[in-house]
Amino acid sequence: MNIAKKILITVLAAFTLLSVASCSSSEDANTLVMATNAYFPPYEYYENDKVVGIDPDIMEAICADLGMTLKIEDMEFDSIITAVQSGKADIGVAGMTVTEDRLLSVSFTDPYTTAKQVIIVTEDSPIATPDDLAGKTIGVQTGTTGDIVITGDYEDEGLATVERYNKGNEAVLALTQGKIDAVVIDNEPAKVFVETNEGLKILETEYITEEYAIAVNKENTELLEKLNASLAKLKESGKLDEIIGNYIKAE
Amino acid sequence: MTNLLLSASFAERFTLNFIKEDRWKYIVDGLGVTLTITIFAVIIGIVLGMLVAIVRSTYEKTGKLWLFDKICRVYLTVIRGTPVVVQLLIIYFIIFGSVKIDKIVVAIIAFGINSGAYVAEIFRAGIMSIDNGQFEAGRSLGFNYAQTMFYIVMPQAFKNVLPALGNELIVLLKETSVSGYIALQDLTKGGDIIRSRTFDAFFPLIAVALIYLTIVMILTKLVELLERRLRNSDH
Repeated sequence: MNIAKKILITVLAAFTLLSVASCSSSEDANTLVMATNAYFPPYEYYENDKVVGIDPDIMEAICADLGMTLKIEDMEFDSIITAVQSGKADIGVAGMTVTEDRLLSVSFTDPYTTAKQVIIVTEDSPIATPDDLAGKTIGVQTGTTGDIVITGDYEDEGLATVERYNKGNEAVLALTQGKIDAVVIDNEPAKVFVETNEGLKILETEYITEEYAIAVNKENTELLEKLNASLAKLKESGKLDEIIGNYIKAE
Repeated sequence: MTNLLLSASFAERFTLNFIKEDRWKYIVDGLGVTLTITIFAVIIGIVLGMLVAIVRSTYEKTGKLWLFDKICRVYLTVIRGTPVVVQLLIIYFIIFGSVKIDKIVVAIIAFGINSGAYVAEIFRAGIMSIDNGQFEAGRSLGFNYAQTMFYIVMPQAFKNVLPALGNELIVLLKETSVSGYIALQDLTKGGDIIRSRTFDAFFPLIAVALIYLTIVMILTKLVELLERRLRNSDH
């Protein structure tokens, strides 16, 4: 018994030393760099000079599970996939929808939540359904699902003008100032924007339903598997729902 | 990257970035917007800059126009003391806060006002570099101050500051690349939009860079030609 204990302790100590050694030799391997665009509440936004929200919380939980340190890099939304692709970041987590075009450039984990695209208009707006967007000026955030879908459905058909802002809140600001007629954006940020700006409403008819997932470099299949395993654990333990519930009140 | 350049997929990626869904239009339309903003902003900048320079140098030479000089100083301090992208956002979201206004006009005003501050100092340097004897000669020929300024001093000053003006023109052209901040689809934003669709950094960025470079080279050549032409009149 005593001997067994001693062996166990020795082995554990050796492992600890080894892992410390491997840590110091390749610090990067233990840091998970997450690219995001922190203007997308409640998924990611700045609070007290720190990027917080659903996505950072989920990644913190995953990193705790994997024994890694999370490092968040805030960049323009349209640069996130390029950053993951070129290895500047390990993962892209930004309320990002899995689309076929994106799958050509990166891999995605299993989805961690579903979301909807909705239309924000002013309270006195004549726009009541997506069809009413014809002939109007629609604001979107560059490169988001809203942008891609509206470009395909309205701009390419010559039905409406699209204005592409760098940040969702800037598109909403332009809407409140009467510069544009509607904003198409994800449901949850839309709720936050409508709450914080007077005179805005979200149309009942949702535009499209989609799934968010984590973008991973195509060659890094090992990380992808780890993330999927960890994500499955979070789903099973109810931790994932708990994190989302912290930010999004059930209706 | 070398892999990308060497592989057969080079053509494929080119097609993806520029041919598919007529993506080249983002670049061409963007170039049009960039050039429109630059041309009109340059005109506003030169007119504004010339006026400010005349006010400032008149004050320095004669002590007149005291109040205008103060106003011009405030203008120069504020504009040169803040980044152009911040000025652009202020003009779009605050000054034209609740107005539906063509964004190209907003950009032209913002970049014109911005450029005017730099052009003003360039022109002032030019005016101050002209020997006082030229003023005296003008006055002794019966010209009043304004006539002396416009017919004798300014033409000489213009020639002296031409290289600096050409430089300002180049800077202005490149500075318009922040127009995307107010959702204006200029050349840079056009490339960004393609990048957001294809997730390819190489083609859109290099294409945009090459176009800027080409325009700057053409502008440099034109300024050089103008300089040579004006130098001929020296003799």
